[in-house]
Amino acid sequence: MPVGGRKQPPVATELEQATVTSSLSGREWELPGMWNRMFESRVLSGYTTSELARISSLPGGESIEWCYGCGKCVPVCPVDLVGEYGPRKLHRKAQTGVNLLGDADLWMCTTCGNCLRVCPKEVDMIQIMPAAREAAVTDGIMPPELQDVFEKTFRQGNCLGENPRRRHAWTKGAGVPVRVLASDPRPVDVLFYVEDYWSYHPRGQQAAQAFARIADALGVDWAILGAEEKTLGDSQRTAGEKGLFEALMEDVVATLGKYSFNRIVTPDPHGFNALRKVYPTYGHNFDVLHYTQLLAPLIDRAEWAGSVEAKVTFHDPCYLGRHNGEYDAPRRLLAAIPGVELVEMSRCRENGYCCGGGGGGMWLDGFNSDRVTERLSERRVKEAAETGADILAVCCPYEVSRFEDAAKSTGNEHLKVLDIVELVDAAMFPR
Amino acid sequence: MIAMRIVVPVKQVPDLVEELELNSEGSDIDREFVKFVANEWDEQALEEALLIKEAVGAQVSVVAFDEPDVDQTLYTALARGADEAVKLTGAGDGWLSTAERSRLLAQWLSGQSYDMVITGVQASDDLDGQLAGTLGGLLGVPHASVVVGVEPGSGSVTVTQELAGGTVVRTEIATPCVLGMQTARQAPRYAPISRIRQAMSAGGLESVEAPGEATGPTDGIELLRLYPPEKAGRAEMISGDAPAVAERIVEILASKGLVKL
Repeated sequence: MPVGGRKQPPVATELEQATVTSSLSGREWELPGMWNRMFESRVLSGYTTSELARISSLPGGESIEWCYGCGKCVPVCPVDLVGEYGPRKLHRKAQTGVNLLGDADLWMCTTCGNCLRVCPKEVDMIQIMPAAREAAVTDGIMPPELQDVFEKTFRQGNCLGENPRRRHAWTKGAGVPVRVLASDPRPVDVLFYVEDYWSYHPRGQQAAQAFARIADALGVDWAILGAEEKTLGDSQRTAGEKGLFEALMEDVVATLGKYSFNRIVTPDPHGFNALRKVYPTYGHNFDVLHYTQLLAPLIDRAEWAGSVEAKVTFHDPCYLGRHNGEYDAPRRLLAAIPGVELVEMSRCRENGYCCGGGGGGMWLDGFNSDRVTERLSERRVKEAAETGADILAVCCPYEVSRFEDAAKSTGNEHLKVLDIVELVDAAMFPR
Repeated sequence: MIAMRIVVPVKQVPDLVEELELNSEGSDIDREFVKFVANEWDEQALEEALLIKEAVGAQVSVVAFDEPDVDQTLYTALARGADEAVKLTGAGDGWLSTAERSRLLAQWLSGQSYDMVITGVQASDDLDGQLAGTLGGLLGVPHASVVVGVEPGSGSVTVTQELAGGTVVRTEIATPCVLGMQTARQAPRYAPISRIRQAMSAGGLESVEAPGEATGPTDGIELLRLYPPEKAGRAEMISGDAPAVAERIVEILASKGLVKL
């Protein structure tokens, strides 16, 4: 069944008598190879629990103590499938006195949320990891590549360290006018929050331009903030920089307060998550949609001048699907495109496999490369290729670049990676 | 024992993520829309000061002129572990030459007690590399530049400098002294944003009137022209199939005397 990655095979050695030394405490146990060896008295609690207590005392870290060790989280953990990792393993490490805040494991969780889905005790790594990482970041401990992203985000308001004044440079290639609120502040229905990768990444810009053409054709009344936009910084938050997230939020709320709009629409499931779930906890409430949710009810109005004759498989973004429960809007869009035949991967919807980009993973491929046998995006691309699809459709701005790289590195160049909005665009405005 | 006091002068330079534009007179960059950030060598100076503080204890004071976006730099310094941040106001709006900067800083420092002044060896906006030297001269204290390590002693410090050709020199310098830092012993530490924000809301900046105003160029140097580099030479795109391209490359290399045919 596995299409990629590998785990260390267990080493089984049978002895009649053995002395086992704990690599953690240095304690030695005599283990006879008899059926009843478990009945000999052994000290199981000779560890310091202070590390577990330290994590659980952090605001957000409480639920790590609820774990009763069933281990259901490990086989669904996307990182464990390509490495040696998992919430229960993390919990066990903390239980036996390992300082997680100084451990590389701290940065490997992508906060994909699949463990929380299956956990009978609701041990919430989506709260625990950011809390523990925040404690580490406050002590100045973090991978250098992450520090670089935090500094760029604080300085420029985007994770790529790009010029804030060039945030809406992409609009030039859209082929339709794009309204920027700073120069035309009239009330608008949809405030389109473009976020970093659609603003700056060349492949993201192509998707943003496709969105502009579609929104224009479907009669959406929309505008962007342009140079005033700053990232919502949700992945910086889950990577441990809550202070940065809050600083950004202050600026974002002040900017949004200047304009009159009905709802915010964003292509970024991470930004969507921030506005939908995190902002309200600070008292900031906005009506927010992912772009697929805006377009799905309008797609019947589309006039199709062409089609996309292809077998397409779809990757559920963790932060749209599992975190915010939206599985249908992207599929409704795909189903509406003439010619598209949708084939599902074995891991999809609630059990979708993570691309590896969440929780700061987007910026930690170098750091993690020594600790996994292949990138999560590489494994996912193999799953997509296994369906026989010609196109891997996505709707999270992190994924196009991740999966395109992975398609090349795994020898699956024939698999095209396209945002759903690009597929809609190709069928509405064939070239 | 009274703890050592280290003063770290920092300056603001244009953030190079932006495309620099010139003003209409061509005498300066257009400062209106440019964001300013701390000079990277000054950040090295602060890091070295903080390492000394951690090792032997010291009071670290950061001082800057009231330049664009300077508050963020000073609060970041406090978040990193500086004890005091001083903003010298009223020295003028435009760009301060190193000579003026040095003169005003020396005047301010003459009313201060300090064991060491550590600043960046140079700044990207003028590449003068003279602040530490002129400051030492004006204050009448010893100076060393292009320093890569500082070890405090009693009444002196030992500084490490890397010389050309792969040699390293260690020098003992009497305090007080002025040092121009090339690189600290470790990369500048991260300032958690929550701590910068705490520092901002605590408002720990001390604004002090600068001991004078900039009076224009005093160093006998006059700016003639500021301009983007003129394009010199051009790339030749070689087209054709591989053997043709290879032949052309060999021809070019031979014409430069790099290969013998």
